[in-house]
Amino acid sequence: MSMDRRQFLKITGISSILGLGASVASATHPIWMPGVDPDLVSPNAQALTAKRWGMAVDMTKFRSEADIKRVVEACHSIHNVPDFGNNPDGTKNIKDEIKWIWKAKFKQAFPEQATELNEHLEEAPFLVFCNHCDNPACVRVCPTKATFKRDDGAVMMDMHRCIGCRFCMAACPYGARSFNWRDPRPFIKKEKQNRKYPTRTKGVVEKCTFCTERLAVGQMPACVEKAPPGGLVFGDLDDPKSAIRRLVSTRYTIRRKPELGTGPNIYYVIGGR
Amino acid sequence: MKLYNGGLIITGIVVFLALAFFPFYYNIGKVNAKPEPKLEPAIKMSEKRFGKKQCVEPREFMRREHMVLLNNWRDSVVRDKNRRYSSEASGKTFNMSLQNECMQCHSSKKNFCDKCHTYMAVKPFCWDCHIEPKEKEGSKS
Ligand code: HEC
Ligand code: HEC
Ligand code: HEC
Repeated sequence: MSMDRRQFLKITGISSILGLGASVASATHPIWMPGVDPDLVSPNAQALTAKRWGMAVDMTKFRSEADIKRVVEACHSIHNVPDFGNNPDGTKNIKDEIKWIWKAKFKQAFPEQATELNEHLEEAPFLVFCNHCDNPACVRVCPTKATFKRDDGAVMMDMHRCIGCRFCMAACPYGARSFNWRDPRPFIKKEKQNRKYPTRTKGVVEKCTFCTERLAVGQMPACVEKAPPGGLVFGDLDDPKSAIRRLVSTRYTIRRKPELGTGPNIYYVIGGR
Repeated sequence: MKLYNGGLIITGIVVFLALAFFPFYYNIGKVNAKPEPKLEPAIKMSEKRFGKKQCVEPREFMRREHMVLLNNWRDSVVRDKNRRYSSEASGKTFNMSLQNECMQCHSSKKNFCDKCHTYMAVKPFCWDCHIEPKEKEGSKS
């Protein structure tokens, strides 16, 4: 073949321009990615929505130990939370324990509020769980964004991203997070298992998620459903007409450790009207 | 032309060829053992639901891209609050859930997902958390 230098340069020049054009064209037409195209995905029509989810807890509505236990069990069985039972010596196995919602004494839940004047309250039971803070310390410290704040206020866990570093547990002032030291599966009772919800695995951190999987299908959180009427009031704190907002605006309520600046969204109704 | 030690050389070449091609003829007849995931339960379910054979996306796409689709579903559900997926190809809507959608149609992990995955030696860790469907009696194979 005969081609002089001049011809060669012409051909390579033209073909590189064509090549550039082709790469620009393909960049403006990205490969279609299923699931990330916002036109293809949407929330359920019946999903419950809010600007800032919150909960009001009125322990005076809980008449007995059984009322409290029923709520805790409802949450833990629906979310496949394992039960590690007791140590051989009969004490509770708190090292392995996983808890999303549990019972604490007033003096444990509100240590800075206990005085000699409210001694009668000291041992009173309170339901405590994740406070879904406005300014969550756990989210600040998470290196993988596995825990994050949704735009509706729920502090969510993405189990797929959790690397089990436990920074969030160190950061949370409420002890609301549990680490899976062991494989939880053998400790989930078969008859209580919820086959529609995943379990977790050894090496991830878990906590209350405000039942985001139930909100998505228009249901209230499981604990709210199982609580005595008015015991747990769930709703949008930013909606002036919501039941929770009216309750919090008209009754005396306290929050856990608000002085830390985390902005907890769980309100505890104290005393009568 | 004269070939010295012709007998030896020819035998040597024959032995060499026999050895070199051993893997090829050893595998004759075995190459057909490609995985055959069982589609019947899924076809039945989709016919009940949509009146025709229908996966989330066309079959070729699912074969190639189901892992990408699942990853996108996962992020969309957990991080962006979405739960519904509409396929452009079929216009059908799906609940973006591994346990509660894929496995409703593909009701046996062992006879479907595992068939390909074992062959390809991929072991998705999803099942450490996501609960697989109960395998029916006698579905061993
Ligand atoms: C409505 C029922 C249904 C649902 C839901 C469904 N599939 Fe399918 N799937 C089918 C049917 C039917 C086929 C066969 C399609 C065909 O032959 O055209 C299929 C085919 C496939 C194939 C190709 C198998 C092969 O051998 O070619 C894969 C992979 C697959 N599905 C994975 C999935 C995954 C992953 C999900 C969840 C994201 C899912 N499917 C959800 C019904 C379903
Ligand atoms: C037609 C064969 C086939 C079927 C059927 C199939 N898969 Fe796969 N799957 C593959 C192949 C091949 C890969 C590996 C792709 C790679 O490594 O690039 C894979 C990879 C995956 C991955 C990613 C794994 C990883 O480690 O990255 C997931 C998740 C997955 N499949 C889920 C499923 C589920 C769930 C089903 C059943 C509903 C299923 N697959 C059925 C062929 C199949
Ligand atoms: C550490 C436990 C864990 C592992 C491992 C895990 N998931 Fe999940 N996954 C969850 C949890 C918890 C949810 C939240 C369920 C919800 O909100 O309904 C979820 C949600 C999902 C969802 C959306 C909702 C649903 O019901 O399916 C998809 C899709 C999903 N995961 C896919 C996967 C895939 C694919 C893998 C494997 C590559 C995987 N997951 C591995 C725990 C896990």
